[in-house]
Amino acid sequence: MHQEYTVIEGDFVNAGKASSSVKKTLKQLNVNPQVVKRVVVALYEAEVNAIAHAYGGKVLVDIDPDKIKMVVADKGPGIPDIAWAMEEGHSTARPEVRDMGFGAGMGLPNMQKNVDKLNVTSEVGVGTTVEMEVNFS
Amino acid sequence: MFYHALQIEDERCIGCSRCMKVCPTEAIRINGGKATIQEHRCIDCGKCYEVCPAQSISIKDDDFEMFRRYPHSVALLPAVFIGQFPDEISVSKVYATLRELGFAHVMEVESAAAIYRDVKEKYAREHPDIRPLISSFCPAIVRLIQIKYPSLTENIMPIKVPLDLCAMYALEELLSRGIPREEIGLFYITPCAAKVSAVKAPVGEEKSLIDGVINMNLLYNRVYKHIKDMGKNHQYPPLSRQRLSADAILSTLTNGERRICSAKRSYAIDGIENVMDFLDKLENDEVEGVEFLELRACDQSCAGALLSCDNRFLCGERMYARARKAAERERNGEMPRDREMDKFKDYLVAHSLVDEVEPRSMMVLDPDISKALEKMEKIERMKGHLPQIDCGVCGAPTCEAFATDVVCGQAHLEQCVFYRLHLEAKGKMTLNEGRSNMYAVWGDDRISGEIDV
Repeated sequence: MHQEYTVIEGDFVNAGKASSSVKKTLKQLNVNPQVVKRVVVALYEAEVNAIAHAYGGKVLVDIDPDKIKMVVADKGPGIPDIAWAMEEGHSTARPEVRDMGFGAGMGLPNMQKNVDKLNVTSEVGVGTTVEMEVNFS
Repeated sequence: MFYHALQIEDERCIGCSRCMKVCPTEAIRINGGKATIQEHRCIDCGKCYEVCPAQSISIKDDDFEMFRRYPHSVALLPAVFIGQFPDEISVSKVYATLRELGFAHVMEVESAAAIYRDVKEKYAREHPDIRPLISSFCPAIVRLIQIKYPSLTENIMPIKVPLDLCAMYALEELLSRGIPREEIGLFYITPCAAKVSAVKAPVGEEKSLIDGVINMNLLYNRVYKHIKDMGKNHQYPPLSRQRLSADAILSTLTNGERRICSAKRSYAIDGIENVMDFLDKLENDEVEGVEFLELRACDQSCAGALLSCDNRFLCGERMYARARKAAERERNGEMPRDREMDKFKDYLVAHSLVDEVEPRSMMVLDPDISKALEKMEKIERMKGHLPQIDCGVCGAPTCEAFATDVVCGQAHLEQCVFYRLHLEAKGKMTLNEGRSNMYAVWGDDRISGEIDV
């Protein structure tokens, strides 16, 4: 099953729309509540990233009987050093975004904690793509 | 089989579908011109009861006279019961009237509020890994979380509510006087449907100690009538039992638990829609650092309970007034705080835990995930063809609920009036077939003939 959502830059009001919708779907599929929680936390984090740090993007979700794949692809400044950004406390957030309480450098580590597979690719000046997978059992 | 205490009487139901539209868990459908409740979705919040114009929805209670079979009948009152009466009818008058009506003993369940608070605090200390902790107080909320927010069931404190603690106390007290169990009848005066379910089908327990449930409206009428019948000069005996503390009186109102809990950050939320909004956020981990949640299904908590016959704000203010008086007595040292149950406190605390609350999601489309996925894809496709105006003419509250019903074999597509018109226009369905479909949902007596005005 495939679902798509659009994320708009700076639209914090609607942050979490994709993760809420995915949550409802997974509940209907009888996925273990604790697994649902991990999916939702990771996807919410990625959604907020695309809203806060990039110029918006797309969320693509594919649900199979055994796992969920999520791709959050943004157009944005990109991340120069991914390995550095994966560490807690490291952030490439712009100052105005930090002023809003984002950019604590917990985003990617938090995603990593909650998913079974995480792959981040990025090109500076073009954008970042976060691919995540969570197994249902 | 899931127990629920709200029931629709077919003979009275006019099939108006008001209940279907307000049900927060989409538990109601119209069939054959009558509303029906899907038991696995009903949480006994009573929204349907409030809007029914035909008084066709009732709460399963026990025969009022049942308590007379027990020489030691105990009326377990919620404090909101006292809050129903105007100022000139004092607390001691209500207590005395209940005795004159035949109850051997009268107790307010909030007598156990202090112990309830202590047990919750102890649980919070012993489970620092579970946050936020959600109060077990409102049974409609416990059921809401079970069916709609299954990932949060582990956050509900598995602790007996004041009603059960009070019942336990009353029983121990009477047994300790050498009275045999069969002579003791514990009767709860219920302000709502959810508490009936909590007694008849408790969550986390095999069986409740309560022997019967009495509808608060019914008892209100009896008490009021008795007081009127006795006239102004009737001498009521003074209150013998210790009075409730201010904290106890306020405990059933919104903020009643929150204001006396030690959690650093906590919220008190009343009204089921507000609670659902908040739980949606909480489930997404969008709310951080919350330690305790007091969640109540009714607006203004128990003052706005279904069977609260007076306005929720009037009832609430009377309770505040009573609490202010109690607080003054406490300040003047006229009343020891929260001592009533000290005699059996250790016993009550030791027996205060229930089993963990189990999730029982209503949302699951199929236990087999592959089949559930198939169904979901069908629902998505079907939704694209439905009008999305949630008119309810199909007998389901929303187009989405209808699509789900169709895919799960509980409805058929021809129930949709838009789709039917489409089929008729294409010559794929006759007008008579279309009308039969309409009758199947709404009954055949909706339109009697041409309307001539």
